[in-house]
Amino acid sequence: MVSERPANVAIVGGGPAGLSCAIELKRLGADRVVVLEREAAAGGLPRHTNHVGFGLLDLRRVMTGPTYAARLVSAARERGVEVLTGTVVTGRNADRSLVLTGPNGLAVLPANQVVLATGVRERPRSARLIPGDRPAGIFTTGSLQRWQSAGLGPVGQRAVVVGAEHVSFSAAITLRHLGCHTVALVTPHDRHQSYPPLRWAARVAVFTNVSVAELIGKGRVEAVVLSDGRRIECDTVVFTADWIPEHALARTFGLAIDPGSRGPVVDADGRSSTPNVWAIGNLCHGAETADRCALEGRHTARALMSGKPWPALPPLPIEIDGSVVWAVRSSGGVVAQVANVRRGRLVAEANGVRVWTGRRRLLLPGRRLALPDLPVGSRLSVTR
Amino acid sequence: MEISRRSNDGPVSGMPLGDKLVDVVVVGAGVVGTAVARILSHQQLSVVLLEAGRDVGAATSKANTAILHTGFDATPGTLESRLVARGSTLLREYAPATGVSVEETGALLVAWDREQRSRLPGFVDKAVLNGYDACRLVDVDELYRLEPFLGTGALGALHVPDEHIIDPWSVSLAFATDAVANGCELRRQSPVTSLTRTPAGWSVATPTGAIECSWLVNAAGLHGDTIDGWVLGEPSFTIRPRRGELIVFDELARPLNNNVFLPVPTPTTNGVLVSPTVFGNVMLGPTADDIDDREATATTADGLSRLQVAGRRIVPKLLDEEVTSTYAGLRPATDQRDYQISLHVDHHYLALGGIRSTGLTSAMGIAEYALELLRDGGLNAQSKESTMAVTVPSLGQSAVRPWTTGAPIICHCERVTMGEVQAACRGPVPALNLDGVRRRTRALLGRCQGFNCLAEITAACPW
Repeated sequence: MVSERPANVAIVGGGPAGLSCAIELKRLGADRVVVLEREAAAGGLPRHTNHVGFGLLDLRRVMTGPTYAARLVSAARERGVEVLTGTVVTGRNADRSLVLTGPNGLAVLPANQVVLATGVRERPRSARLIPGDRPAGIFTTGSLQRWQSAGLGPVGQRAVVVGAEHVSFSAAITLRHLGCHTVALVTPHDRHQSYPPLRWAARVAVFTNVSVAELIGKGRVEAVVLSDGRRIECDTVVFTADWIPEHALARTFGLAIDPGSRGPVVDADGRSSTPNVWAIGNLCHGAETADRCALEGRHTARALMSGKPWPALPPLPIEIDGSVVWAVRSSGGVVAQVANVRRGRLVAEANGVRVWTGRRRLLLPGRRLALPDLPVGSRLSVTR
Repeated sequence: MEISRRSNDGPVSGMPLGDKLVDVVVVGAGVVGTAVARILSHQQLSVVLLEAGRDVGAATSKANTAILHTGFDATPGTLESRLVARGSTLLREYAPATGVSVEETGALLVAWDREQRSRLPGFVDKAVLNGYDACRLVDVDELYRLEPFLGTGALGALHVPDEHIIDPWSVSLAFATDAVANGCELRRQSPVTSLTRTPAGWSVATPTGAIECSWLVNAAGLHGDTIDGWVLGEPSFTIRPRRGELIVFDELARPLNNNVFLPVPTPTTNGVLVSPTVFGNVMLGPTADDIDDREATATTADGLSRLQVAGRRIVPKLLDEEVTSTYAGLRPATDQRDYQISLHVDHHYLALGGIRSTGLTSAMGIAEYALELLRDGGLNAQSKESTMAVTVPSLGQSAVRPWTTGAPIICHCERVTMGEVQAACRGPVPALNLDGVRRRTRALLGRCQGFNCLAEITAACPW
């Protein structure tokens, strides 16, 4: 086993959050910053999202996902970040060094600080417990967009997309590029949860207040049956959104996990319950846009370089009621997800006292609801 | 059509496709058919193994609960009892020698009420009648010490230390690879379309050509009674498919149980088990629903919700973990409890029917017994002086797998390398579709179910 030269900061995951964190660390003068990326190329999920909509918040101009990913990778290299691709972190020793396997076999990387930026995935059909056989023609947005970027050709003729969030429309756009007609987006909510322009760009029907109850087909998908009994003939089904953080490593490291988001519990700078382990990006909250994750990575880099002593007490989860699906601190403040489409406001109470009141607005599930950091013991809910 | 055979490996090599005369045709390449083909290929015989589907072990055998049984709770005196005991002994030798992963977990038959607890001592006696004497009663304190995540309300358990877990897919694959390496011809995508009696035996028609054989062995599982009826005019048993739905949980659930949790069987209810798998997951199931459709391998909303209710009681924390996969398998149950194994000398025919979930454990015992019966019936089966030994890749968590040497990983959830995927598409019994790659490597079977690697793996496969 090779012992690598110690790193000041080891960042696990080379997506927008991890790369942006690394770039900012180097800009602020960190010595050895290593990004460990398990795939053959760094850049994260935007690498495969081949349409515009990336970069505005982060780089002040709009570009496609692959272009944005390439920008981040080259900026990291220019700053002197070491990006190790094809490198998998499998554990952490008691002396805080990381256990790796990569192109040169097993290795150990001593690291003073570890930043987890392992990202997020969509729940597959099985995890959503959709009954039916196991036919071909079932995708997530992730597998669909990688299918397209690998140039594997057509997926089918008629698709049903499960979900109506930003990513669901992104899937519909990818389907159109692949020559597949999207029959409908299906959402259990009253309306879609994306921007009107994205909906317009995708040009698809949205079926509301309904979910997929069953998949029909044995060798190949033939149809879906909806919860209202309607049957839609299709040969392709794309399961979108319903994010689950890639939290296996965080759990292996013993980090406290938020029961709602299923990502690590962190403070508003990204500090986890374990000293010198940080967590950023969509690992903490599936799923924010790539730009938001990049800004978070930068925020955490600044906090890390400030050298502030690690707090004596671990961060605590934010309490919620049934109107909120989850609420977590993450770099820069608090983000929350509501359970249903509803006009109302988010309010936070601590010890029976209202500590924060949000603006009254249309609250949409699957959409970012950003709050300032809340005091310990806060409970978040939606009121009229 | 893919014919997988090594040249120069047996007495039948070099025979042309199409009409041919062989000693034995085995119908069905599930775990039983492959085990029979394997033992026959170790004799001086020409053997053809026919499989309707695209892979070996890809119907009933793939959806097994993956337990290497002791046979402790079989009905004493039955053929099943005897063959499970014998098969268990043989497989416990064969699996480690071949690379098939086994984990020595042990099982706990958990009593959830006083009636169930009162019946536990009876299982100790029954096990002894089945030739197994290591069962032991466990009181409630010890039970929760052994299994801290077991749901509340258990009253005690029976510990069966030799109920182990096994990689179910690699067993059929190992048997088939072994058979092919020793000269058996495996023909996949070759359902039997008709059977004609000939002076020498049978003419077996398939879409890939007809085969003349002296002896016919029926290991056709769910379609066993169809073949049986074609041979005998009237089937001697009737298959009543029993669907079992299962939920497989994420590897992060694995610390929740050390032993396999078995239900106490009762005449009225079918309990479900919670079992670790050699791949590091936890499995919950199966349901047991008698159905008519032999193709109905779909999960149902009702079945999945019943499993969740049952699972929440047995290991409440299990339901907080992510689900990795769900599936349903059909067991070829019959109206009889015991295996339906019968030799029909006049018809040059051996029926191996009604072999349910214990078939994974008993397969090698069944194969040995089948050879004995065929010899009794007049088949001249002399052992070969030497046979080829085979190995299959070890897929269990306890095995040293190729990724640990730094080979590039293509499936991160299950840590499968590119080399493993490519190897699965080669060899004596190559994968012919993605499902075949899944069972040979574990690729695509992890928590992301292809979110990250479906495209790359599809691109890496030759078909």
